[in-house]
Amino acid sequence: MMVIGPGLAGADELVAGPPPASRFAWRRGRPRTWRVLIFVLAAIFFIGPLAAAFKYSLQQDNGGYGFANYGQIIKNHEIRTPLVTSLEIAVISAVIVIALMLPTVVWVRLKKPTATTVMEFTTLLPIVIPPVVMAAGIQQFEVNAPTWMLKYIDHAQSGLIPFYVILAMPFTYRALDTGVRAIDLHTLVDASRNLGASWPSTLARVVLPNIQTAVLGALFLTMALCLGEVVIATLLLYNTFPVEMVVLSHQAQIGVSVALSMTTLGFTFLLLFGLSFLAQRRRTGGRVGVL
Amino acid sequence: MIRFEGVQRVFPGVTALAGLDLEIQDGELITLLGPSGCGKTTALRILGGFDRPDAGRVLVDDRDITNVPPNKRDMGMVFQAYSLFPNMDVRTNVAFGLRMRRQDKKKRHKSADELLALVGLSETAHRYPYQLSGGQQQRVAIARALAIEPTVLLLDEPLSALDARVRTQLRAEIRSLQQRLGITTLFVTHDQSEALSIADRVGVMHAGRLEQLDSPENVYRRPTTQFVAEFVGAMNRLPGRLGDNNDVQVLGQRLTLLNPNGEKPGEAVDALLRPEAIEIVRDSAGAGTVTDRTFLGSAVRLEVTLDTGEKVLVESSSLSAHVKLGDRVTVRVLADSVVVAR
Repeated sequence: MMVIGPGLAGADELVAGPPPASRFAWRRGRPRTWRVLIFVLAAIFFIGPLAAAFKYSLQQDNGGYGFANYGQIIKNHEIRTPLVTSLEIAVISAVIVIALMLPTVVWVRLKKPTATTVMEFTTLLPIVIPPVVMAAGIQQFEVNAPTWMLKYIDHAQSGLIPFYVILAMPFTYRALDTGVRAIDLHTLVDASRNLGASWPSTLARVVLPNIQTAVLGALFLTMALCLGEVVIATLLLYNTFPVEMVVLSHQAQIGVSVALSMTTLGFTFLLLFGLSFLAQRRRTGGRVGVL
Repeated sequence: MIRFEGVQRVFPGVTALAGLDLEIQDGELITLLGPSGCGKTTALRILGGFDRPDAGRVLVDDRDITNVPPNKRDMGMVFQAYSLFPNMDVRTNVAFGLRMRRQDKKKRHKSADELLALVGLSETAHRYPYQLSGGQQQRVAIARALAIEPTVLLLDEPLSALDARVRTQLRAEIRSLQQRLGITTLFVTHDQSEALSIADRVGVMHAGRLEQLDSPENVYRRPTTQFVAEFVGAMNRLPGRLGDNNDVQVLGQRLTLLNPNGEKPGEAVDALLRPEAIEIVRDSAGAGTVTDRTFLGSAVRLEVTLDTGEKVLVESSSLSAHVKLGDRVTVRVLADSVVVAR
């Protein structure tokens, strides 16, 4: 061993050993082991129930495995109709909420930044107010609604979409606001206006494409909410996809109900993958001009 | 011709423009120069239609455009921040204004290609903004602003984010383009050398007012106010005394007073003199000593401490300045006129 600084007190501590990096190399390995262990535990926690549910959805009455429960979703009109209704509600609600919230978020950021706090508070209200209370309020509204209005809110689509748009507001506002904060909104809007673009054109051609990840996130959250909301739909007696799932489980068709859940989950995963794919393309520059 | 008539703009607690009157002739390039918060960008934004004045009006060729929205003004603007649309390639960015004017695709792409050639960036037509350097992005922004054949070109500190070399180069390119196209231009900057080198006339602004609007040389050599004298370039503040015939006695010399204001002869004033308006000669019997020397490349800046205690900044060509620290020198004023501070 080579001693540096001979004659110094505590010279033993100044022994020139291996460089610190290699000396503590074993410590670098330790977090990696922990990371893997935590990852495996988390995977078991999340994937275990999913795998069990998937296995259950494949179980058939004769004790074997097959896709009979999934076949029921396609064949059975009573199951398919609510699914289609819910998908329609989800798509229309998502489009409406973006059409309403995008100009609002841009307007607040550009013209009234002081209103940000008010907006954040207001958009939180649909979360703060319990769905049961909201449903009771809606019920009261429907009871007292004029006759001409009743024929419009008679269908699940027209009856639920306005309320799902309100329910989606907290998620949409935050997703869009994060997207808008990430770009130089003032300069881009000014440049677009200066070049002759109207406000709708500026929103559609300049703002929207540059916050597409945030918009897709907002769309996804809204659709997920519409496909999962059960309290308001049940209380207002609309037969939507989540309501049908509850009905099926009560009718001892649990296999079909779980198959329906797995289908929704698969649809959600597809949406997520689509989203990450688009975000990835954006990061790597695989973008296409909108003109 | 562009005319600001008594334009006022007040933000909460700040008066950005306190009655701006300004005329810009056709084909002229005017720079608005001033410290942060003097109102120069507000004036530009009002001309571009991004802000509205609280009082007064803006006219282009005698047409009142005060309330015309920015997308109807036909003015091209280059911003301080990089403003290219990240989702479009360079050619699409340049053609954007033409697309908004419903020009057909072939024509607008041809125009975009011509403008890209004009700013020397033909090879970047299919690149995205993030694939360009800062200088290239600003060149594309200039091409995009010119594509719409604007009546006025507005430049809002377009070079401030660039490094010194690119800035100097692009400055010359902007001036050359502007002269070639004969386009009326308003250029806002806080950089004095930029303002003086590029403009036909320089407007120095202070606290929402135009202090002086004149040729770059006159703004520098014949400032009409104390603020302009002290803001543009380095300045010495030396004790002087007013004479009988609108003149001032400074460092033993008699100079013409540029900004008389009814003072009485014999009154003490501070004379404002540029470092290059003062000459020093090595002289063992001189009245000052060289106490600091800074090499600036093309020039040398010297600090001379007079026997009376005043410090005088002197700037000489680095080739001719042979004095060293501690040398005794005689100080002489080269200018024949002076502005005084009161």
